[in-house]
Amino acid sequence: MQKSIMSRLWVFAVWAVIGLFLINLMGLIASVVTSSFGTRWLGTWLPAGFTTRWYFAAWDEFQLGDVLWVTFQAVGAVVLLSGLLGVPAAYALARREFPAKRAVMLLLLLPLLVPPITYGIPLATVLYKAGLGGTLTGVILANLVPTVPFVVLVMIPFIEQIDPRTEAAARVFGANIFQMFVHVLVPMLMPGVLAALLLVLVRTIGMFELTFLVSGPGSQTLVVALYYAVFASGVRAVQSIDAMAVIYMVTTLVWLIVALRFVNPTQIVGRGKRPAA
Amino acid sequence: MSAVLEGRAEGPTLRQRLAARGIDGATLLVLPCVALILGLFIYPFLYGLMLSFEPKDGSLFGNYARFFGDPFLYGTIFKTLRLAFPVTLLNLLIAIPIAFRVRLMRRQRLLTTLLVLPITLGTVLVAEGMLFYFGPQGWFNRALMAAGLLSTPISVLNGYWGVFISLVLTGFPFTFLLTLSYVTGIDPSLENAAATLGAGPAARFREVFLPLLIPGLAITFCLSFVQAYSVLPSAVLVGDPAGATRVISIAAYQAAFEEYDYSMASAIAMIMGAVQLLVVVAVLGCRSLFYRGPAAGAKG
Repeated sequence: MQKSIMSRLWVFAVWAVIGLFLINLMGLIASVVTSSFGTRWLGTWLPAGFTTRWYFAAWDEFQLGDVLWVTFQAVGAVVLLSGLLGVPAAYALARREFPAKRAVMLLLLLPLLVPPITYGIPLATVLYKAGLGGTLTGVILANLVPTVPFVVLVMIPFIEQIDPRTEAAARVFGANIFQMFVHVLVPMLMPGVLAALLLVLVRTIGMFELTFLVSGPGSQTLVVALYYAVFASGVRAVQSIDAMAVIYMVTTLVWLIVALRFVNPTQIVGRGKRPAA
Repeated sequence: MSAVLEGRAEGPTLRQRLAARGIDGATLLVLPCVALILGLFIYPFLYGLMLSFEPKDGSLFGNYARFFGDPFLYGTIFKTLRLAFPVTLLNLLIAIPIAFRVRLMRRQRLLTTLLVLPITLGTVLVAEGMLFYFGPQGWFNRALMAAGLLSTPISVLNGYWGVFISLVLTGFPFTFLLTLSYVTGIDPSLENAAATLGAGPAARFREVFLPLLIPGLAITFCLSFVQAYSVLPSAVLVGDPAGATRVISIAAYQAAFEEYDYSMASAIAMIMGAVQLLVVVAVLGCRSLFYRGPAAGAKG
């Protein structure tokens, strides 16, 4: 009997910690959303009234139209390029045994193990020397460094699941490697590719450090613009910063929800990070 | 015709010999990816390393001497570690029991989805939300005061604890998901066997799960540590960037973009990388002291 009370207490404690975490997280998100719709909010539980005008104010003040367009271009290019570079490389690594394979795997793991800010500073220096600092191209190049290895590592197990005889059959019927990719492998790999690219999308929208170090006035993505807005707060109404934060939140959440329809998050982290073991 | 015959006489062609070693058209697909990492990761790193030995004063180790001679600079290492170590350890210690509980649940999807939220929201949004939620008039303080637990609002912002909380909020989900994937990878029949032999929950955890989990937990610790270690936005926004939370990434950023001393910035980035590497090597080194072997019975 003593033991069952102890174990019940333990279960209760574990759930209490989960609950505490989630309540604070939700409270945090809800207070940003509430503030962005509030008129005046001083010393009360809820704002005095509700309005949507902060969204229009934020849109004008922070040139959100331009920022969203830059974000869209940068993220689109990063997703497309990491797919084009990552999936074929994952295929080669999953299917062939070649002399330098271990070295290549290590090379791909490094950018995921080193924090972005550590390699971001030398990378930004090099990009500025090459005249790419502050440009959209520079932002795209910098963001490819962690995303391409990520795609490779996520895709390797997906490719290994496919029976090699399928490819052999395609080759027997005279398909060259390009045709085999387009007509056989890509359709079979679509769920995996979609999952990997959606995660790249979410990661790139939220990638602060690299974009922050490389971007200039005309090449800020949404998350960097948000940082500058919070950093220089006091000049602007707090509600319009919150409105911008909500816009940022919605852009990531939409894609996260889409991504979660395709992947189970625990699987993807397990798959993505296991090779590190 | 004769060329073909000659080729046969010489044995396999270069192409065939390469293919036998695993190098053919498909293998070459790895090259663009390798070129990208070499060009955008390895080259900048080496460039930064060279640059760090060319300080403004012309001496070889000028930057490093300046860094380790100035407490305002070398102190950042300890400030970073003082944040990153407890946060990572706390996240791991909370994640293990929760992962064991969630492992038994049928519907894990909602919970894991909720927990993925902070990862995607990122540190900037969490910091911005914290300014509001934990502020003197925020819901956190109001709720605690209404419940009678506090008489005056507590201030966690603009200091060590603000950054600590933001790192837990953004770091815990990542640690949890990794831990969960390792915990669910252990064959449940091992636990059943231990239970049959009369081991209680605590003994089962200590004698069966923990030894099997140590390698995974070491990796989780390293990856979570890397995240906590490179904190920048929250240290500026909800911390005390000139004092208690002046972490090493702030020092590097200021050197690069406020003093425009790229040489010094590269030196700080290299020191940062080296310290992080030391921690990772130490943790993985400890791992090898424990059991290594399969954690799943018949799983390939």
